[in-house]
Amino acid sequence: MNDITPATLKHVERPARPGGMSNALVFGWRAILKFKHVPEQLFDLIMTPIMFTLLFTFVFGGALAGSTDNYLQFFLPGILVQTVVFNSVYSGMGLSTDLGKGLFERFRSLPIWPLAPFAGLMVGDVLRHFIAGSIILAIGLMLGYRAEAGVFGVIGAFLLLFAVGFGFGWVFILMGLLIRTPMTVMTIGFTLIFPLVFASNIMVEPETMPDWLRAFVDHNPISFITTALRGLMGGGVTFQQILLALIAPVLLTVVLAPASLVAYRRK
Amino acid sequence: MNSPDTTDPRGTAALAISARGLVKTFGKLQAVAGIDLDVPRGMIFAVLGPNGAGKTTLIRMLATLIAPDEGKATVMGHDLRDEADAVRSSIALTGQFASLDEDLTGRENLLLLARLWGFRGRQATGRARDLLEAFNLSDAANKQVKDYSGGMRRRLDIAASLIVTPGVLFLDEPTTGLDPVARQGVWRMIRDLARSGVTILLTTQYLEEADQLAARIAVIDRGRKIAEGTSRELKATIGSGFLHVALGDASDIDRASALLEAKLGHPPKRNVEGGALSIMADTPKAANEAVAALMADGIAVTDFSMGTPSLDEVFFALTGDPAEPEKEQAS
Ligand SMILES: Nc1ncnc2c1ncn2[C@@H]1O[C@H](COP(=O)(O)OP(=O)(O)OP(=O)(O)O)[C@@H](O)[C@H]1O
Ligand SMILES: [Mg+2]
Repeated sequence: MNDITPATLKHVERPARPGGMSNALVFGWRAILKFKHVPEQLFDLIMTPIMFTLLFTFVFGGALAGSTDNYLQFFLPGILVQTVVFNSVYSGMGLSTDLGKGLFERFRSLPIWPLAPFAGLMVGDVLRHFIAGSIILAIGLMLGYRAEAGVFGVIGAFLLLFAVGFGFGWVFILMGLLIRTPMTVMTIGFTLIFPLVFASNIMVEPETMPDWLRAFVDHNPISFITTALRGLMGGGVTFQQILLALIAPVLLTVVLAPASLVAYRRK
Repeated sequence: MNSPDTTDPRGTAALAISARGLVKTFGKLQAVAGIDLDVPRGMIFAVLGPNGAGKTTLIRMLATLIAPDEGKATVMGHDLRDEADAVRSSIALTGQFASLDEDLTGRENLLLLARLWGFRGRQATGRARDLLEAFNLSDAANKQVKDYSGGMRRRLDIAASLIVTPGVLFLDEPTTGLDPVARQGVWRMIRDLARSGVTILLTTQYLEEADQLAARIAVIDRGRKIAEGTSRELKATIGSGFLHVALGDASDIDRASALLEAKLGHPPKRNVEGGALSIMADTPKAANEAVAALMADGIAVTDFSMGTPSLDEVFFALTGDPAEPEKEQAS
């Protein structure tokens, strides 16, 4: 092994302090590099929604909605919501993994904006939601889905999905911060998410459900989000639907973002 | 436990680190139980201690990662509590466990940190290239860190701490888990760094490492500093060497023990397996005479050797010897 060359041990002064946004973008860049080096992660992200789309459409579609085409038209916006929410769980797992490795120790000993790593995580999440959402949408289109509201409807739908991902993301960021093992984050995450996703109007209209369940489904934030998304993509969305859809993400952000910062500082 | 003299401006100006009465408690356990530390600028200072002594906890407090429960400290003249950000700007930390992104390449890891520090474009790539070259990692620059060997990881980890030249570099057990060749490499690197003016605070479990590198050594055990001084001063306290004796017949051990203690004036330490003793010996001559006395008394000695004391023996000498008061606060 050679010695280190003294030339490089010359004194290097720190450059002008970068802004918080610049720090966050660097973390975003890291998230993008992860896609390059670990493309497998995308596989996890999209396989479940693809299977759900195919299974529900072809196995249950006819029975649930009269024809597979009708069902796909109903189901596709819902599966996009499900994909985004599931993705957030993976993101919390990723954070828990990172925190376990001491990498964050270094980040925390740097003079940077303390929230930058999370902002970067969100950049990565948005990118993942975008990639996964696009793939699901493309498959839907191939199977015969038609977005009646056109391109602008779809853009609006994706914006809403990003907001949902951002809001729900905090739940799993906080869990990632508080729970040491990534597997536990996943188990608890899915235990919380499954009832929300399945007891919603993603798969079926709640008309045939018992009253107590229907009451839950009607007030489930996932149902509000799904309804707004259907409206955005299929046409006929109302302002009120969008507001209802945004309640949960906004509340989660307002409460959990500061809580995450406290948990991070305390670690 | 706070002593008021931290406010002395003359004293702290020349010191890279000055700590008084640092305490950190986890639940019921006092991981660090009131430690004072003065590290002059430009020095390699070693904190020596066994597993669980509180080395990592001490470093994490000084690097602003956790807040002390009691006590105060300045790092490069900045108060740990009130000027945490200024402290962060003047330190770098290489933790006990590699703090690298395993999925990224070596170059990307350095680029990431260079950009977080605020280097842009060419400056950032230049900084990454220089460090990779300096740490002999250019060939592996584009490999993912998960494919690196332990020695390569360590070097990259230390390189990652030098994006901006720190005032103080904290190295938490920099050579644990490395083979002897890689260890030598890291030692050379640490010496070169110190020569360039960086103050280095390192922790280690190996007396030899502290001895090789550090101008001053603080020995800590169960959260307390039990001795401090130059390597020479410490050795003077604990004897220049250790005599190891293996007995032919384990039942002789009590007799041998008494004899050695009488000859050498230190309490012998029995090895767990029995049938062997270690004892401080102030000179090789005294050791020689002690062994001769054993044989003259008819005790079968199958093997004996003189060696530098192991950390274990240092602790025994520092904590288990009531006859010789601790030379604590010798500074
Ligand atoms: N976050 C924590 N929560 C609870 N206990 C802790 C925590 N960190 C450290 N400890 C405890 O504090 C004590 C000192 O730990 P520390 O990691 O500082 O020791 P160390 O000298 O670095 O040991 P090692 O040589 O094994 O790295 C240990 O008993 C450890 O279990
Ligand atoms: Mg440690």
